[in-house]
Amino acid sequence: MIQIIKIAWRNIWRNKLRSFVVIFSIVLGIWAGLFIMALTLGLNEQRMNGAINTYLSHIQIHNPDYINDPNIKSYISQPEQTLAALRQNKNIKAFSERTIVMGMVSSSKGAYGVRLMGINPEQEKQVSDIHTLLTSGTYFTKFKRNPAVIGQKLADKLGAKVRSKIVISFQDLNNDIISAAFRVEGIYKSSSSRYDEYNIFIKRDDLNRLGHLNGKIHEIAAICPSINQVDEVVKSLQVAIPDSKVQGWDEVAPELGYAQEMMSSVIYIFMGIILFALAFGIVNTMLMAILERRRELGMLMSVGMNKIKLFSMIVFETIFLSSIAVPVGMLLSYLFIQYFAHKGIDLSVAAKGLESLGISAIIYPYMPGHYYFSITLMTVLVAFLSSLVPAKKALNLNPAEAVRSI
Amino acid sequence: MSIITTKDLFKIYNAGSEIEVRALNGVDLNIKEGEFTAIVGPSGSGKTTLLNIIGGLDQPTSGSVIINETEITNLNANQLIDFRLHNIGFVFQAYNLIPVLTALENVEFIMMMQGEPQDLRQKRAKELLKAVGLERETNKRPNKMSGGQQQRVAVARALASKPKFVLADEPTANLDSKSTAQLLDIMANLNKEEGTTFIFSTHDQRVIDRARRVITLDDGKIIADE
Ligand SMILES: Nc1ncnc2c1ncn2[C@@H]1O[C@H](COP(=O)(O)OP(=O)(O)OP(=O)(O)O)[C@@H](O)[C@H]1O
Ligand SMILES: [Mg+2]
Repeated sequence: MIQIIKIAWRNIWRNKLRSFVVIFSIVLGIWAGLFIMALTLGLNEQRMNGAINTYLSHIQIHNPDYINDPNIKSYISQPEQTLAALRQNKNIKAFSERTIVMGMVSSSKGAYGVRLMGINPEQEKQVSDIHTLLTSGTYFTKFKRNPAVIGQKLADKLGAKVRSKIVISFQDLNNDIISAAFRVEGIYKSSSSRYDEYNIFIKRDDLNRLGHLNGKIHEIAAICPSINQVDEVVKSLQVAIPDSKVQGWDEVAPELGYAQEMMSSVIYIFMGIILFALAFGIVNTMLMAILERRRELGMLMSVGMNKIKLFSMIVFETIFLSSIAVPVGMLLSYLFIQYFAHKGIDLSVAAKGLESLGISAIIYPYMPGHYYFSITLMTVLVAFLSSLVPAKKALNLNPAEAVRSI
Repeated sequence: MSIITTKDLFKIYNAGSEIEVRALNGVDLNIKEGEFTAIVGPSGSGKTTLLNIIGGLDQPTSGSVIINETEITNLNANQLIDFRLHNIGFVFQAYNLIPVLTALENVEFIMMMQGEPQDLRQKRAKELLKAVGLERETNKRPNKMSGGQQQRVAVARALASKPKFVLADEPTANLDSKSTAQLLDIMANLNKEEGTTFIFSTHDQRVIDRARRVITLDDGKIIADE
């Protein structure tokens, strides 16, 4: 068998161009597969992290009724107990209480439905990165009276700039309409323009005073030292405060978790298509290599090379080609992905559409190690399977015909 | 003692159709150990067909081939491959050698398939290459050798498996007259010294002159045997 392997190895160098074409197409297949995978995973990872850092935080606590109907009356029933539970939990790094009311904002240009987020700026900074996303103005540091931080998209619709006056109105607990003038202090732009359009931040004190909501909390957003701790912390908090609903980020926005799962099946389907094309190429090229060597193979069969040896020889030839190609493809993809993981790929040309989906314009490809492994395995398997077809074909050669056809 | 016996061999291509060809039309043949036999005849007379069937590369339409008491026409494809490996040496007109192996490796290869141990193979391969006058070309690959040298390697390879006989279909067809004479000297010598049985087909009168028995085929029939 060693001799057969030696012959197979030497055979692949007989037609260098052809071997190179096969190697190159395997390398290209692996590279394309891995890179697209890394791009998709990176995109998703970024979307997820972006959503967590800006909107979701790790854990959210509400009145159970609030989840289906975010009504002003559905505030957390035992705020003191809840806050105490959060303070006591070592795995809560920070949290922020929010008073949230649905209302309207209007300027001379029009009126729009919005969600009023009454926050404590210092607390809020620790659970959300909105304060880092300002395109103009400041984050609750300059204006004394009724400051507001609004999204870019909303500002555009309202024709508002920093210092512009806007009027906010909502129904308080007694269904009385409350209206008050606010001044735009900052304008933020997150990766989701739909979010920016809808969410206005004002000071919790201001909202509570206007709506007579003192001491009421609609939402608590909390973060853990690490995202991996979320499940465990959610469980222990839920036990401590059974009257409230404690949710991890993946429960608040299940679509993000699904997207992750779906992404990996899409990736495998995609990879499957690439590998199918690859198999097709290998089969064709190797078939050609066999037809070209009909007489030689016929001679080998004539002088007594048995079918197992002949079959193995062809299979080894294909395996050698792929075992050159696979490491090269892997290394190339690895370097490529690492480089762009660092530098990012600027998709701002196509970014308008992406942004409304909560995806930022610069993508950092990302590829966990185990995918390299499974893709290698898949490729090697496909190369092996595609070697069986030409090897089978070689067996069907009739030695008499093959040596005759001169 | 006869080592090859054919009985009433027929090979008919495209039987029953308009382009039916009777490549062999009832061939009865007996070849004894130690013969040096030429099969001659015009182009298309059935020489290659006969050699292929005797060599177990092809099956006759009817009739039988008996080699050393084995009726090879009854063997299946796998048995035939094994039978060829251990009993028959082949020299073809061209494409005899594995291009990626050296002369020595080519000769060794057949013994390797027989499962001979490496030291024994190498020793015998060297001896055989010496016997065909190629002791200095052992490490050359076929494309670095002349046509005559390649055919001599093929003869050495054919003998390496210690076959009962060697079949050679027009072994000199691609050779110049000097190489032809050289190859025939070697074959005749092996025949005389070692008693190796050779059966070869040819068109070449100089080759025919060297044979000790000449079987003439025409239209798939033996018309002369002297
Ligand atoms: N596969 C085939 N199908 C149909 N006819 C065939 C086939 N192989 C050989 N023949 C025919 O059988 C006849 C005998 O052919 P064969 O090759 O045995 O002749 P040959 O004596 O070796 O001729 P040459 O001297 O040209 O080598 C020829 O007429 C040939 O055309
Ligand atoms: Mg012929």
